[in-house]
Amino acid sequence: MRDLTRDDVDFVLDYAEKMMPCAKAGVRLLQSRILALLFFEPSTRTQLSFDSAMKRLGGSTLSLTSEESSVLKGETLADTIKVVGEYADAIVLRHPREGAARMASEISSVPIINGGDGAGHHPTQTLLDLFTIKKESHLHDLDIALLGDLKYGRTAHSLAYALNMYDANITLVAPEGLQMPKHIVSTLDSVRLTEDIDEVIRDVDVLYVTRIQKERFPDPNEYLRVAKSYRITLPVLEGVRDNLIIMHPLPRVDEIAQEVDQTKYAKYFKQAFYGIPVRMALLAILLNGAT
Amino acid sequence: MIPDKDKEELRVRSIRNGSVIDHITAGNALNVLRILGITGISTAIVSVVMNVPSKRLAFGRKDIVKIEDRELVPAEVDKIALIAPQATINIIRDYEVVQKKLVVLPDLITHVVRCPNLNCISNSAEPIYSKFRVLDSFVLRCSYCESIIDSDIATYLI
Repeated sequence: MRDLTRDDVDFVLDYAEKMMPCAKAGVRLLQSRILALLFFEPSTRTQLSFDSAMKRLGGSTLSLTSEESSVLKGETLADTIKVVGEYADAIVLRHPREGAARMASEISSVPIINGGDGAGHHPTQTLLDLFTIKKESHLHDLDIALLGDLKYGRTAHSLAYALNMYDANITLVAPEGLQMPKHIVSTLDSVRLTEDIDEVIRDVDVLYVTRIQKERFPDPNEYLRVAKSYRITLPVLEGVRDNLIIMHPLPRVDEIAQEVDQTKYAKYFKQAFYGIPVRMALLAILLNGAT
Repeated sequence: MIPDKDKEELRVRSIRNGSVIDHITAGNALNVLRILGITGISTAIVSVVMNVPSKRLAFGRKDIVKIEDRELVPAEVDKIALIAPQATINIIRDYEVVQKKLVVLPDLITHVVRCPNLNCISNSAEPIYSKFRVLDSFVLRCSYCESIIDSDIATYLI
């Protein structure tokens, strides 16, 4: 996200808005264009979302996963990128190593879209998060709380960075030891850190929930205690702002109770849908030279 | 009687041709050699002086490295700035200083330090070199994974 200015992000979000009517109905914008999906680690949701976005634009897709032959034979990512660039007009890359997409963009002859690199970045997730906030809440003068594993959760890092471009008031709610790294917090202009969700939940427009992973805790009992104290249930939501929206990058485990899905606050499935127009916009901009 | 000043200079004799790197932050002479690719198997004549008194540097100590028959080029000089920002480099020809250079911190350094993040793509078998953006003196950001090095840069030297 560091490579994008606020104008760039606004441009993508505005273009995604134009794509909204086509996100279900489809449009013949990228006929005979091919998008390669290179997924070196599984991410069904991101892969399906790009696949769907490209097909809604009238294009087609090629897929390569890490189980397939060239990777198992020990081919470098650099060689794979060069070869696939000869077969496709753009590449979506998901890779377990941080910085993989940036390296690919240096050597590729076709545009590379970062579909997530290790614990690094997942910029299209951030763009769809911003689009969701814009559609379901507002980006101007926003009060938002990011909740959960903010140390390792990369979606939270990229999102915090992007929200800062919109002068959002950001509260970071994380258990001890899982708070956002200092080098990111120090770049945020309006930020507050707390361990207590109850302290902030009634003062925000957006509650962005992320998963707390069990493997981060050496003591399983400690994990259960923390996971319970960060669980969003109906009683936790008492007294919240009327226009609150709850977001989650999914998949969730049990950090948001199923009963919350029925409330007007739950927007996480809508958020998943918004991935389609946002990714359609990106593909149209990259492959159709939209201006 | 040899005057005190001359005694200092006699520690290592003057070189006829080559480069003298002076005012290296004390303790970093061996790191300077690493940056310049000088190892035990290179044939260059190299003199290293460590912890000599210096009025200019903090703590009053400095290291000096003299390399015979090799004139350092700007790219090499700038790498030295990473660990010894106050170093000066004198190019010597026929015992005379023909050029005096100050080190300048470059904006981007390639293949000098390795990324501290073991999972960074630059630490894999891919055909690329590590690359860091210099944000500030002693603060580097990996151009691939964005990891930050803000202390002990010398320990990450390749």
